[in-house]
Order: sequence, then C-alpha cells, then structure tokens
Amino acid sequence: MSEPTVADTRRLNSKPQDLTDAYGPPSNFLEIDVYDPQTIGVGRNRFTTYEVRMRTNLPIFKLKESCVRRRYSDFEWLKNELERDSKIVVPPLPGKALKRQLPFRGDEGIFEESFIEERRAGLEQFINRIAGHPLAQNERCLHIFLQEESIDRNYIPGKVRQ
Amino acid sequence: MSFFGFGQTAEIDIVLNDAETRKKAEHKTEDGKKDKYFLFYDGETVSGKVNVTLKIPGKRLEHYGIKIEFVGQIELYYDRGNHHEFVSLVKDLARPGELSQSQTFDFEFTHVEKPYESYTGQNVKLRYFLRATISRRLNDISKEMDIVVQTLCSYPELNSSIKMEVGIEDCLHIEFEYNKSKYHLRDVIVGKIYFLLVRIKIKHMEIDIIKRETTGTGPSVYHENDTIAKYEIMDGAPVRGESIPIRLFLAGYELTPTMRDINKKFSVRYYLNLVLIDEEERRYFKQQEITLWRKGDIVRRSMSQQATIAAQRFEGSNSESASASAQAKEENN
Repeated sequence: MSEPTVADTRRLNSKPQDLTDAYGPPSNFLEIDVYDPQTIGVGRNRFTTYEVRMRTNLPIFKLKESCVRRRYSDFEWLKNELERDSKIVVPPLPGKALKRQLPFRGDEGIFEESFIEERRAGLEQFINRIAGHPLAQNERCLHIFLQEESIDRNYIPGKVRQ
Repeated sequence: MSFFGFGQTAEIDIVLNDAETRKKAEHKTEDGKKDKYFLFYDGETVSGKVNVTLKIPGKRLEHYGIKIEFVGQIELYYDRGNHHEFVSLVKDLARPGELSQSQTFDFEFTHVEKPYESYTGQNVKLRYFLRATISRRLNDISKEMDIVVQTLCSYPELNSSIKMEVGIEDCLHIEFEYNKSKYHLRDVIVGKIYFLLVRIKIKHMEIDIIKRETTGTGPSVYHENDTIAKYEIMDGAPVRGESIPIRLFLAGYELTPTMRDINKKFSVRYYLNLVLIDEEERRYFKQQEITLWRKGDIVRRSMSQQATIAAQRFEGSNSESASASAQAKEENN
C-alpha cells in the first residue's frame, strides 16, 4: 500500500456565512451601566442609590432596555440569592466599608466622593460579570434586580425560561 | 543498579552484537533527563556478549553461576517493591565454578516478543532491560542495560472523522469537526469550529492536548492529567455562521502512542480539549478522545544499512510480526 508522505492539511469545507449574520448586530449584546450616585436622606439615615441601566438583545430578558435605582444592600441581596440558588461562583462585591461607618471620622465616611466612585465601579463590574453568566441568566432574582422597579423580597425564587 | 559490597573483584558488562549499526532512540528518564538507548522492535533478536573482567590479576572469582536475563516489566511508583514482569527470559552462561581469568560469554535471545512500548510516566514506568548476574555467596555482581522498545502500526483501515454539535441551551451552539479519530505522532490535526449560536461574549478560543495517565484498578484508580499543548485558534468574538479552521501539527509535541490497559496495569490516553474563554474569563470546554499511533519509517529502495535491517525485522519472524500487527489493530479499534 503506498502511503502518503506529506499530510493533507487543506481546510475542511464549510458553509459560506450569510452576510446578514456577518454584518448584522451580534446576538450577544449586553451592556449594564452603574452610574449617577445619589445620596438620599439626612444625617444618620442617609444612603446612596445608583442607577442601573441595562441594554440587551438577549431573548431571555423580557425588556430590551431597563433602568432602575438600586442601593448597596440590594446588590447584597442579589449576591445572597444567587449563592443560595444557582450553581455559579458569585464574584465578590466591593467592600462593606464598616470602618467608614464609625463615628468621629475626619471625612464623610461612606458618603465620601472618592469612596462612592470606587464602590460604583466595583458594583458595575460585579453586575456585568453576573449578568453575562449563562447560569445566572436563568435566575428570577437577577431579572427582578435588573428589570423591576422595586425588589420584592418575598418573591418566589425560581428559574426563568425563554 | 550495579555494584554492591566493598571492592569489586570483577566487572561485568554487556555489549550488543549490532551495537555499531543499531539505531538509538531518545527516551526520558524518571527525573526528566533525556538519554539515548538502543532501539528494538517486537520480534527482533537480542544478541551480544557478556564480558567478565577480573580486576585483581591472579585472584580467582568463585561464583554460583553466571546468567543473563531479558526482562520487560512494569513499575508502579507507589508500589515500587512489586515489579510486574510480562517478559522474563533467562540464559545460563556458566555453571557454578571458578573463573581464573577474564572471560567473554555469548548470548542470544531469539525473536523476543516485546508486546508493549517503553514508557516512562508520572506514576508508572514500563521498561525492558538486559541484566547479567554473577551469583555469589554474599553479594551478587550484576549489570543492567536498558533498551527502548517502540511499537509500530500502519495506517488504520477505519479512521472516521469526529463531528459533533455541542453547546449550552440558548447561549452557545457550536459544531466541531476533526478530520480523523486516529492520528500518528507526526500527523496534523485538521478541523474546524462552526458557530451556530453565540449569545455570550467570547474573547478567544484554544485547543489543548491533554495526556491522561491512569494507574491502578478497581477502587484505587488514579488519573494524572497533563496538558501537553495549548494552541490558540481564534482571537476575537465570533458571530453566527463563522467557521474557524484548525491546523495543529503534532510533531512538535512530546507524545507517545495511545496505550490502553497495558497488561491490565495502566493506560495512557490523549484528549483534544476545545476551550472557549469569554470576556469574564469563564471557560467553556469540550473534551474528545483521539487515538495516537506510531508510524514506522518508510523503507527506501536503496540498500542502506537501515533498509537491510528493517527488511530483516519484518521478514525475520513472520509469526511474531503478525501477532504484533494484530494487536496493534486491536488497540486502534
């Protein structure tokens, strides 16, 4: 039997790509911005909220555009729900900064501008990392967090289907 | 593995008859160094001479026998005491007596069966060696000479391509294809990845070659995985309908043939691991086993030394080489 001495390295045949697929919008569009921190209230009862705006074309999300206001404890709620119900390794949140909440500080503590900016960036990274995870996208808590005006803490946990 | 005791009265060494002409092959030792050893194939005769040199002239060497053994054995590192010998041949060179002067003994192990390839791995070693021993009352004098055995195959009759559609529901669907399921050690993996649905943000894609060495049986099976190669095949985000080619040359990597359940002691198997990495460093992968086999060198028509020997190798013992290729066929299926 004559054996070939040089291997055939020609490319395998493949279907030509449809031009609308090649040049159309990608199917993985997902952008979440965390911005516009606003500190609400006075004195000891102040807290900061952030605007969470999402734009997407993923079919699993009911709304292609949504805009809600969330505070740090809402992010903590989401992290806990996902840690309990989903199989994903939930990324860390920016710190709780308990030291900043002690009295007799020279600065504004957790309402210090630089701290808020640091926290904003960390929250943005956190939510983008989670929302892009295929397993987290199925969790109802994520959809509530991103797309419902207020978070119903008594919701029934479960999965979302397409 | 040679000299014990205080002050040797004699030295023993082994020389092959075809030491000048026989090819040597590089083989990794347990500590990672590469050494050259004489290369043998299944069915070849192992013949040579054992030289016993008396160190102290005039002093006689009393002994209980001189012999030479050809051994093929499997050593499991976690069980060093037990060597599993699958080939064990002995030739007596001298009956118990006395040597008054240095002497040379001829030996020949005719058409020796060498069913498996030499292998030095993470947890197991398969080796062949000659061992010449002078038995004595207190301490034996012995010398070992390792050889390397390679098992050759020819192109398998059946070598289908691997083609599969995999993915995560509603997130990522791909169809991957590799042109063969059995590759020789200097072959090229030609394939493609076709994207059917991309709803995640892929950053790049690579193909890894994983070697898995399995030792032990039953409840105490142990797998040792080693990534032999990582080869990036795509940088950037693909969309639906895109086809990414794969061309991976195996000759550049340290590979052995696939070894399945060798003497029921160990296996060495190879897998292609297709890995997609997204923007958040999440990894999506699909592993697929491939069979690797060793192709013999092409015998040229010119009458070089090698050609003569190679011709002898296949003509020398019809029964042995037939059983070798039959076993090779079985391992490929």
